[in-house]
Amino acid sequence: MSKLLSGLRGFGHRLIDQFWRLGSAARFFAYTLIYSGESLRRPYLVIREIYFTGVLSLIIIIVSAFFVGMVLGLQGYNTLQKYGSSEAIGVLVALSLVRELGPVVTALLFAGRAGTAITAQIGLMKATEQLSAMEMMAVSPIARVVAPRFWAGVISMPLLASLFSMIGILGGYLVAVPVIGVDGGAFWSQMQASVDFREDVMNGFIKSCVFGIACSMIALFEGYDAPPTADGVSRATTRTVVNSSLAVLGLDFVMTSFMIS
Amino acid sequence: MTDNIVEIDNLSFGYNGRMLHKGINMSFPRGKVVAIMGGSGSGKTTLLRLIGGQLKPVSGEVRVDDVIVHEQGRSDLQKLRRKMGMLFQMGALFTDLSVYENVAFPMREHTDLPESMIRDLVMMKLNAVGLRGARDLMPTELSGGMARRVALARAVALDPAIIMYDEPFAGLDPISMGVICNLIRRLNDALGATSIVVTHDVREAFSFVDYVYFVADGMVAAEGTPDELSKSTLPFVHQFVHGEVDGPVPFHYPAPDYERDMMRGCDV
Repeated sequence: MSKLLSGLRGFGHRLIDQFWRLGSAARFFAYTLIYSGESLRRPYLVIREIYFTGVLSLIIIIVSAFFVGMVLGLQGYNTLQKYGSSEAIGVLVALSLVRELGPVVTALLFAGRAGTAITAQIGLMKATEQLSAMEMMAVSPIARVVAPRFWAGVISMPLLASLFSMIGILGGYLVAVPVIGVDGGAFWSQMQASVDFREDVMNGFIKSCVFGIACSMIALFEGYDAPPTADGVSRATTRTVVNSSLAVLGLDFVMTSFMIS
Repeated sequence: MTDNIVEIDNLSFGYNGRMLHKGINMSFPRGKVVAIMGGSGSGKTTLLRLIGGQLKPVSGEVRVDDVIVHEQGRSDLQKLRRKMGMLFQMGALFTDLSVYENVAFPMREHTDLPESMIRDLVMMKLNAVGLRGARDLMPTELSGGMARRVALARAVALDPAIIMYDEPFAGLDPISMGVICNLIRRLNDALGATSIVVTHDVREAFSFVDYVYFVADGMVAAEGTPDELSKSTLPFVHQFVHGEVDGPVPFHYPAPDYERDMMRGCDV
């Protein structure tokens, strides 16, 4: 009985802790938005962070997109030829990438590459008292460090997702047309006829913007909230990947269900 | 305007119900260098954070320039902090900025000075700490002593009225210690500032400070000029100043009886 009670008590404690953290994260998000004006007035801060989060993520995005597109081409052709509609391979590749794979895989890669870097950097800045030093210099760390990184993530994500989709389509084309021998004209014309700008491209864009907000915010909060120790920063970095991935997949389901209905 | 730029009145502060300070009273006269000394974990650094408004006291108050720090709103606190400069224990230099950019940082944030003037001011500050030639280095390329000197140049970048030093001698070789002691005194007198030095290095501190507070058990255990404290017969001060192992500050962290503790291991 006492074991059951202590188990329940432990569960309750963890639940309260999680709600407490959720509240802190919401307050942190609100502060970031409030202080955004200060940092957006100095665009060079955001541009610098776009370089670190966006431009330096280009290699992994391009290479991954290329392979994802090629695999889609191979798998799609394998299935479609059974129904005699292998010319529809262009539609399959484009819709898969623009609607789902582009935003989702980009967000997952972004969380792994840029998100972890942001968390570790801010966690270490906290551990080495750089954030305290900034506060003592009457400079808000939220305005100077957090907000520029947040907007850099929000701006970079849709651009990276669009690039992912374009490179993926190119990968699918290279497998389907020159390698397998599907007609190039059919590949592009069917894609042009079936992919709708508002329904498909814009919905993918909206998804990637939401993922940009979620991934950047999680990475920044985990770094800012990390205990200032090696172990604390390491755990925060892990939580960034886990929480971002779960948030991206969960949000994707919610948004897809709204967009389809 | 009072003679004291910083006054601490009956200040109590603690974390999670454990009181670190229990009614501390201190005053820091304008233009003086004052040391706060005490053992590790006695809450010396926390006092600096309370003066800087990074923490709020449980009771009592800290007044800076006749203004109660913890009652200030965000913008007033920012204004108050512009009168302060702080040197952190490990320097806390921004690792993504060069030495030059670190020193220029407060100027860029708080002034609209033209680049040519910022350059002149940065060079003057770096020259004062002897590191004008290291302006293009990154913080990772500096030794501990050099990093501390760059941080000092950054702390005085805007000529603050109060300069706080958190363990400025920790981990430094004797030459660097001498250099830092000399710089603290020289900069304080040149800027007409007030310096608050948190340290437990008795010999270095006593060589250049005007007044010393000893903190123990959350209270001011003793205070006076270095000369007065050197001759003090108070057991705590005597133990601290002479670095004695045995005295009112116990060597052992509170623990159960040694023999009983060891015998318990035999039962396992």
